[in-house]
Amino acid sequence: MTSWLLLAEAGAQEGGLFDLDATLPLMALQVVLLTFILNALFFRPVGKAVEDREGYINTSRAEAKSKLAQAERLEADLKAQLKDARQEAQTLVVNAEQEMDRLYRAALAEATAAANASREAARREIDAERSKAVAELDQQASLLSDQIVSRLLPTP
Amino acid sequence: MVPMPFAMPLLPLAELEVGQHFYWNLGNLKIHGQVFLSSWVVIGALLAVVVIGTRRLQREPAGVQNLLEFLWDYIRSLAREQIGEKAYRDWLPFIGTLFLFIFVSNWGGALIPWKLIHLPSGELGAPTADINTTIALALLVSLAYFYAGLSRKGFRYFEYYVEPTPIMLPFKIVEDFTKPLSLSFRLFGNILADELVVAVLAFLVPLIVPLPAMFLGLFTSAIQALIFATLAAYYIGEAVHEEHH
Repeated sequence: MTSWLLLAEAGAQEGGLFDLDATLPLMALQVVLLTFILNALFFRPVGKAVEDREGYINTSRAEAKSKLAQAERLEADLKAQLKDARQEAQTLVVNAEQEMDRLYRAALAEATAAANASREAARREIDAERSKAVAELDQQASLLSDQIVSRLLPTP
Repeated sequence: MVPMPFAMPLLPLAELEVGQHFYWNLGNLKIHGQVFLSSWVVIGALLAVVVIGTRRLQREPAGVQNLLEFLWDYIRSLAREQIGEKAYRDWLPFIGTLFLFIFVSNWGGALIPWKLIHLPSGELGAPTADINTTIALALLVSLAYFYAGLSRKGFRYFEYYVEPTPIMLPFKIVEDFTKPLSLSFRLFGNILADELVVAVLAFLVPLIVPLPAMFLGLFTSAIQALIFATLAAYYIGEAVHEEHH
């Protein structure tokens, strides 16, 4: 098991673990080239795609947010209008009810007054008729009684 | 070097070869062929995924684009957290490349059955298990943070060495050397040790027993990639950080 450890420090004939040669600069060159190639093929286009998407998402989000705010504002506006309309309707209904009540009362009062008046007039007429009838009756009674008397008691 | 002394010819998959390289000669320069071969596989896989995933980028991601966006987002948050809001955009590709290259290298080294491919000498494995790769990456990080600091602050960058007090000067200078050293050796040591542990266990008990070590290796590999990228970003962030007087 010691052979490769020995080799690592001795570098025996040729090679060894720490054999530095032209591999080093060429590998460095290769990696630099790879950096440029990957930059052109990978980092730039993918970065652009990702950042475009991020931008798109951000603007869409902002747009959606402003739309949402607008919708909320509209909703609040409409709600306020609805509330106003409801209140107006309420007052209208109340007013109408009061008006109706008033009219009803007025009509009722008028009708009652008219009925009272006509009843009074009727009663008065009845009274007059009755008194007239009584007077006539009285008159006829006295006439009849006179006739009876004249019939029973021959005139001297 | 010879395989392990008690390597049995019955188990060619479990042979251990450490410190052997598959040399290519480039003029009079020597390079480690196996490192480049496996790194090309890694880079190829990376580019394949990237090309497939970015062919049709859509606003609503589908398929591989999801994976790429997740990676991008992960790397962005890493870079932004360490470097800061102002400068992270310039360094995101570098940090991301470090992370992806190291991560795919480490996992590729652990998951791809390299041993099935025989090289005349040396063996294929994670590119990050070779000290040349890790030192190359670490030196790139050093260059990157010097460049980041100098380009952002000019010579005021060197104020960093005497802040908060001039007593810090020697320590900060030593840091410039220890940073690449620790970066490179941490990565190299972890990945090599992981490969060795798995290889030794597979060599001793070829069944089941190496599995926990392999899972641990995958975990370590991912952590090492994250550590390397995070530290690189942190060093760059430190260099571009503006002191508020």
